[in-house]
Amino acid sequence: MSGARDQIMGQVRRALGRAEGTDDARARDAVDARLKEPPRGLIPARVRGREAEELGRLFMEKALAANCTCATVDSLEAVPDAIAEYLASENLPATVRTGDHPDLAAIPFDRRPVLTVSRGPSDGGDAVSLSTAFVGAAETGTLALVSGPGTPTTLNFLPETEIVLLRRSRIVGPYEDIWTHLRARNAEAGSMPRAVNLITGPSRTGDIEQKIELGAHGPLRLHILILDDL
Amino acid sequence: MQATSTRFKQNAREALDDPQLQQALTKMKAGFVERRARARADLPEFDALRDQARDIKNHTIEHLDLYLERFEANVTANGGHVHWARNAAEARERIQEICRSVGARTVTKGKSMISEEIALNDALEEDGLEVVETDLGEYIIQLRREAPSHIIAPAIHVLKEQVADDFRLHHVQFDKARPLNEPRELISEARQVLRRKYLESDVGITGANFLIAETGTSVIVTNEGNGDLTQTLPKIHVVIASLEKVVPTLDDAAAILRVLARSATGQEFTAYTTFSTGPRREGDPDGPEAYHVILLDNGRSAMLGTEFQDMLRCIRCGACMNHCPVYGAVGGHAYGWVYPGPMGAVLTPSFIGVDQGGQLPNASTFCGRCESVCPMHIPLPKMMRHYRAREYEQGLAPPATRFGLDIWGFVATKPRLYRLATRLAVGLLGRLGRARGRLAKLPLADGWTRHRDLPAPEGRTFQDRWDAMGGAR
Repeated sequence: MSGARDQIMGQVRRALGRAEGTDDARARDAVDARLKEPPRGLIPARVRGREAEELGRLFMEKALAANCTCATVDSLEAVPDAIAEYLASENLPATVRTGDHPDLAAIPFDRRPVLTVSRGPSDGGDAVSLSTAFVGAAETGTLALVSGPGTPTTLNFLPETEIVLLRRSRIVGPYEDIWTHLRARNAEAGSMPRAVNLITGPSRTGDIEQKIELGAHGPLRLHILILDDL
Repeated sequence: MQATSTRFKQNAREALDDPQLQQALTKMKAGFVERRARARADLPEFDALRDQARDIKNHTIEHLDLYLERFEANVTANGGHVHWARNAAEARERIQEICRSVGARTVTKGKSMISEEIALNDALEEDGLEVVETDLGEYIIQLRREAPSHIIAPAIHVLKEQVADDFRLHHVQFDKARPLNEPRELISEARQVLRRKYLESDVGITGANFLIAETGTSVIVTNEGNGDLTQTLPKIHVVIASLEKVVPTLDDAAAILRVLARSATGQEFTAYTTFSTGPRREGDPDGPEAYHVILLDNGRSAMLGTEFQDMLRCIRCGACMNHCPVYGAVGGHAYGWVYPGPMGAVLTPSFIGVDQGGQLPNASTFCGRCESVCPMHIPLPKMMRHYRAREYEQGLAPPATRFGLDIWGFVATKPRLYRLATRLAVGLLGRLGRARGRLAKLPLADGWTRHRDLPAPEGRTFQDRWDAMGGAR
């Protein structure tokens, strides 16, 4: 196996004019510099230099265009009612599977006893999940969710209905700003999370005669609760 | 898969005579082209972003060894494993070893063209494994035991009535009288069947749209969420990717993602873009316990430093085939191997040889639409011309073609003779076609005139008209 590696690398180096023993310090410096301080590319004008209010509006507009539904809550206390109302309006069971991320743990579900709440990853038997977003990118109404002890990845894909809590203070403009937050988090945690899921609307497929249908393998519905914390 | 690219002409003729295929291709054309045009119009920076994407890939390819080193080091640092494979056989063996090491019985798969390239399913099935494709299109063609006919829409050649027949044949657990007339009904049934497969699977295999050197991450871009279920639920996640998938940083991946979905499906962004780094961490409640990346060469390193190096920028969006008049007429299967359309006309001879794939670069009108829509500015027509030249040099072109080219070559290198010959020919054709402006029949050109008329020349050659206008040399 190391034979394969050496042979492939040898051929790549020869083709690039960097045979064994040649001085490739300049190439190495270029690579080190790019990895150490990743240059920011061209940021689309729609998210360049925008105020928080504009970004919030754009996020919602783009999320709706991607077949999400959105609602706003002004505190964690208001979340149980908002969820109960949403589930009732969609004729869905009042049962929610969620994680124990601090924001999710702080929601006072006991004030709305009609909701049955359980915590942990999904085994495929849950109709509705509640997750919390790491950040949201207004550019395309995209949610970024990271895996971790309180945020199981299975909640994002197995239930037919996914509800995601997103703090307004965590709505950024371009994808590059997701990376800014992620790199800060990684510096603290010591490594990347196992999974970063960028989610833009519910699951869909166009594989049968190019007709777009929602709910292929992942959620059929994606409902975003924006927590107004600004 | 066994390549039938040498039979391109015959494949194409059969495709043109297949009414179901022609119906499916008609449905395809409008969708992709219109949606891409709309997505492009909605982002004023689109063309500047294409230039940027090209530059990122060029930089990466020029430093490919160094970025691969960093990628490998970061995968390892996060608890994953990297396996290098020179060719298809080595890649299959590494994956077979991983499956055997855990006594796997069931394997689920996300859509991967590399997996098709190395004919992975056959090898795993020979080992007694149940292999399940989970992308809806891939699942449909797996049931039909066919190859994909499009790189992002593998079952684009199949009509929904045919899918319904396949489901009735294979899903015997359901009521025979159930309605399967609407896409919605077909999708719900597939969802139900595949859901169980995800949960039972021992190993999940996905491809990668990008590998990120900065973080040791593999990225998949999907709409269905099938790739995510494939890689999240089983104990083992195996990623299979070719060398040129690496990009330096998260920012570089984001920059290229801005042009990928827009070029492919015309979406601004796909529903799911997932960044996977290593196995589950301590305290994680889900995710695979082991994470493997197979790094496949299979002909890529041999393209470096050649006139085909630019092809390594390809991000497999499929825009070239969506806009290709030849692909639109004959579909993907006629190309006879894994990669169809203009990108396939370059990749097939590169990966399996000019003797096997040398006919494909001839399947082009050189209209140039493929290059004009390519998000990575790959000069596809130029590369097809290189392969045509090679086919001629290696004596693989048919005798009639060689004879014609030899005569043309003789005349074209003698300016006086060329002027005389073209003046005669153009004058004669001009007179013959004066009445209708086109010619329905022409000796030696029945290959053209059998299916369409030849527009008649106006009677004077370009050079004569140029001179008459006082054109400078």
